[in-house]
Amino acid sequence: MSRLIVMIAQRLALGVFTMFIVSIVIFAAIEALPGDFAQAILGQGATPEAVAAIRDSLGMDRTAVERYFAWLGGAVTGDFGVSFSQLSFQSQYGQTGERDVVTVADQLRPRFANTIFLAATAAVVAVPLSLGLGILAALYRGSVLDRIANIGSLTSISSPEFFVAYLLILFLSAANPIFPSISKIHADLDFWQQVYRTVLPALTLTLVVTAHMMRMTRVAIINLLSSQYIEMARLKGVPRWRIIVHHALPNALAPIINVVALNLAYLVTGVVVVEVVFVYPGVGQLFVDAVKLRDMPTVQACCLIFAAAYILLNLTADVVSVLTNPRLRHPR
Amino acid sequence: MDVMTDGNTLLTIRDLRIEGLSGEAWLPIINGVSLHLDRGEVLGLIGESGAGKSTLGLAGMGFTRDGCRITSGSISFDGIDLVSASPERKRSLLGRRIAYVAQSAAASFNPAHRLIDQHTEGPVLHGVSSREDSREDARSLYDRLRLPDPGNIGFRYPHQVSGGQLQRAMTAMAMSCRPDLIVFDEPTTALDVTTQIEVLAAIRDIVEQFGTAAIYITHDLAVVAQMADRIKVLLNGDEVEENDTRTMLSHPAEPYTRSLWAVRSFRRPEQAPAPAGTVPVISIRGVTAGYGADIDVLHDVSFDIHTGRTVAVVGESGSGKSTVARCITGLLPPRQGEVRFDDEVLPPGYRHRTRDQLRQVQMIYQMADTALNPKLRVRDIVGRPVQFYRGYRGTRLLERVEELLSQIELDPGQFINRLPSELSGGQKQRIGIARALAAEPRFIICDEVTSALDQLVAEGILKLLDRLQRELNLSYMFITHDLATVRAIADEVVVMKDGHVIELGAKTDMFSPPHHAYTDLLLSSVPEMDPDWLDRLLAQRGRNNIGEAARLGIDRAAHRQSTL
Amino acid sequence: MGFLLYVALPLAVLTGLAWTVRRIVARTSQGRFGAAFRAMPMTAAFGLTVVSIYVIGALCAPVLAPYGESQVFDEFNLFPGENPAFVLGTDQLGRDQLTRLLYGGRNTIGIAFITTMLAFLLGATLGFLAATLGGWLDQALSRAIDVLMAIPQLIFALLLITILGQSTLNMILVIAVLDSTRVFRLARAVGGTIIVMDYIEAARLRGEGLGYLIFREILPNAAAPLLAEFGLRFCFVFLLIAALSFLGIGIQPPLADWGTMVRELSIYIAYAEYGDWQAASLPLLPASAIALLTVAVNFVVDWMLDRHSGLKS
Repeated sequence: MSRLIVMIAQRLALGVFTMFIVSIVIFAAIEALPGDFAQAILGQGATPEAVAAIRDSLGMDRTAVERYFAWLGGAVTGDFGVSFSQLSFQSQYGQTGERDVVTVADQLRPRFANTIFLAATAAVVAVPLSLGLGILAALYRGSVLDRIANIGSLTSISSPEFFVAYLLILFLSAANPIFPSISKIHADLDFWQQVYRTVLPALTLTLVVTAHMMRMTRVAIINLLSSQYIEMARLKGVPRWRIIVHHALPNALAPIINVVALNLAYLVTGVVVVEVVFVYPGVGQLFVDAVKLRDMPTVQACCLIFAAAYILLNLTADVVSVLTNPRLRHPR
Repeated sequence: MDVMTDGNTLLTIRDLRIEGLSGEAWLPIINGVSLHLDRGEVLGLIGESGAGKSTLGLAGMGFTRDGCRITSGSISFDGIDLVSASPERKRSLLGRRIAYVAQSAAASFNPAHRLIDQHTEGPVLHGVSSREDSREDARSLYDRLRLPDPGNIGFRYPHQVSGGQLQRAMTAMAMSCRPDLIVFDEPTTALDVTTQIEVLAAIRDIVEQFGTAAIYITHDLAVVAQMADRIKVLLNGDEVEENDTRTMLSHPAEPYTRSLWAVRSFRRPEQAPAPAGTVPVISIRGVTAGYGADIDVLHDVSFDIHTGRTVAVVGESGSGKSTVARCITGLLPPRQGEVRFDDEVLPPGYRHRTRDQLRQVQMIYQMADTALNPKLRVRDIVGRPVQFYRGYRGTRLLERVEELLSQIELDPGQFINRLPSELSGGQKQRIGIARALAAEPRFIICDEVTSALDQLVAEGILKLLDRLQRELNLSYMFITHDLATVRAIADEVVVMKDGHVIELGAKTDMFSPPHHAYTDLLLSSVPEMDPDWLDRLLAQRGRNNIGEAARLGIDRAAHRQSTL
Repeated sequence: MGFLLYVALPLAVLTGLAWTVRRIVARTSQGRFGAAFRAMPMTAAFGLTVVSIYVIGALCAPVLAPYGESQVFDEFNLFPGENPAFVLGTDQLGRDQLTRLLYGGRNTIGIAFITTMLAFLLGATLGFLAATLGGWLDQALSRAIDVLMAIPQLIFALLLITILGQSTLNMILVIAVLDSTRVFRLARAVGGTIIVMDYIEAARLRGEGLGYLIFREILPNAAAPLLAEFGLRFCFVFLLIAALSFLGIGIQPPLADWGTMVRELSIYIAYAEYGDWQAASLPLLPASAIALLTVAVNFVVDWMLDRHSGLKS
């Protein structure tokens, strides 16, 4: 048992360490911005006072290490600073009062909830659907069903998200106005209204992720079914359903969880494009806008959130596959 | 359409043909083989790789692997036609009346469940007994199969049990429903020789006790001689001949069978020992080596290899015999000690050796498949060392390659432009030998060079190596676990166990008593082509002085001695 | 119905063409090459045909296109079919859409190909070095790549583009470096399985140098999986570049590209409401062109992987 705990502790520590390194990389990005970036924010026609104000609020008088820990401390408590566009606005119009400033965190909070809602809706449909289809395709491998599923999923994987999205818009919104093509989400909506407006983006994500997940599930199951202990079970006269449930499934847990985690992590990046297509007010859209404006604090915050989600998912898969490994659960 | 048969017949296969899918085409695996098995009888199926013995054995269970199909013939088990029987009907027979024991027990037990739960699954599913009764029965079976701690071993997971024990646990599982027939598919092939004997004894006893009929599949004649009442010889999906075991051993009818039997009789005349005072080609002195920070695999190993002589290094898996080769070649620099070539100390790591030092020590590998680069043609594989060490180019290089190919008895015109995938196993091994010869070495390490080959092919390789040794005055170090090979080719023998040299000396001395206790165990565990060998051995040594128990005894004795 | 005709007809023509090509090649060529074609599934033949058409289209875009890439006409915002001189209409600046589409393909495919090549050059070199040399170099490279891979690729690309500024060259470099991490992993893994082979040991013990080991012993054996991976990586890079361009931070004007075209044309989709399918399906033209190529490459790769694993067993 103790070896198992050590292994899990190791994985967790590694996850925290990776997160730490990633945060350094993301922070270093702002340092790598060429030139004086107070100047960069404001452009050529900046007044010296404006530049000074920005330098002050960024803490440029401190060393990079000090600023990193200040930033990291803020980030952990949910304070990502003030966005450049806001700073620029302030310095131009002389508003220095902290009160009226919209912080990065203020912008992120509602959008974060929206993005989670979108990803969760897609995942709730996609995970059971793709696992079921993947297992069916593996069981009836080589059949017509398997071939159709293979071609269909390959096509779906190969299509960019925006292609799927515009196809759906064309048929389900423009030609037949069933769902809105623009997802206007705000706090006043009740749950079902929000679901209704999330249908098209969620459907787009589901289609793309399901194909991926289905193919990977199929391969994982087929690898498993070709192992010798499955042949042994067949030679013991074990019925087909029991072979799947009793002999294959306990060993399939780790590969399947890996597949799910990998695809949920994929979902994390998939939301960016989908949110832009449907003008869905989520983190992804904020991220893209911030990149265009070179608004570093916002870019860093979004990056950190996406990276954290990604690392967390991979970490979960890692820990679960350790937990389900009988060799580790029952050491010699 | 079940047919009534006389009461004593259990399994009848008539003119069975099976094909396997290879790429796009169906190729024949079994071409019309018939088989007859009475109740309580043990039939040995023997043949080299590709003979179709496993396919035939599984067909006796009404089972074909994916990608195989039965094209004609009939299989009748106790009056039930297994070719036309419904999957449900067959399923009700499998495990209950026909059981299977696979080659690799480690891969055939489900890693997610305890042994006892896998044991009771069959009886409970088939309604033979309750879970409780079956558990109780498992314990008694474990006891009969002489598994240690039979009351509790079932509660372990497969990875917590050793290979030899798992193989016996699988035999117990096959027995769980008291079937009429068990198919044993090479159950001891993956085991060390001292473990094998223990499993053989256990299997034979339990089959006898319950009067179970069995099909015993193996490529090892000596093993099948102990186990079977009758032997059927297969070659490339055809039956060669069948007879009862004693007749088969004493009077094989067919030339192919006789040639199989004859392999064992190849003996090279032993050479006189090197005169005292001659400088050995290779001298290993006090070598201690290991991987990682502090785990030693070799402990103070020393022995010499003289010009024109063959030293066989013998031991079971984990004895460190391959590690010795890695120390000599410089892949694993020893922690202590040194390796001398012609009385000159070789630098420990191969990177620091001169080109000439590297040239003098060559290696031939066990798996010819991984020893030859699949993307290079024979002319490049053999030609590269010539070019590298001698600097030959153009026609001179070509002539030398052709000369080398003739030396290893392959026609240059036919083989020089082939890829390894276009060669048979034996031909690949010959190319491996040619590559070693191309460097014009004085010393060659042969690492289990014959163990992946069929017996006839292996014999050809041994004869070739012998001829080359005489012609070129080569010295060999033969790493092997197969004592038959040692008998055939060695001048001197080094016995290794757990990284120590247990015993060393001339072959004649080694094969005649008195031995070190471990050498004795090792030698006596090698099956002989005599149906009474196992009985005699068990009578001589006693049931508790074979296999694991005997090894533990030796270790304890050694420990007592060292503490005294 | 009309829309179905536009989809089903080209696909049917392509499939027919693929079938014919396969028959002709299988008939005329002998040996292993011909055998490979005879045993080729329809999906792979379809993929090969489509890829060939794209390659020819990309190479010959200047010949095929009716006008110059950035040639501007007075008639802007023309609808498809409004003026026979501009079959697919013109954009808001008065550039011919058909010309933009052809050049867009040339640019998007070309840039994706160059980026993938760069990623392979970098990733495969480092991967094989790590596998062959092992030790601290392998450790250092592997850990560094672990960190790079801990951030999702699209996200990291966005971050780096923010720092470096938006330009086509920056995007190529950023994606090449990020994608080389996957190539590194594969090359190291493939190299790792080859390096333990006895023939490598034999070559080392002969005293062969690093160059001989990598180029003569390892590379020929790694070629098949690397080639298949090249197809997959190309698809991924191609889609990533299209996505970035779609978001407005990828390939920059005045270069035409499919991702940007999808975004710019997306306003036409609303015309489906008025039954103008020709206009409404305009954004789907570059989008489906992207999808078709990726599907085709995937079909070919699938077949290659299948053959490769089939040879092993």
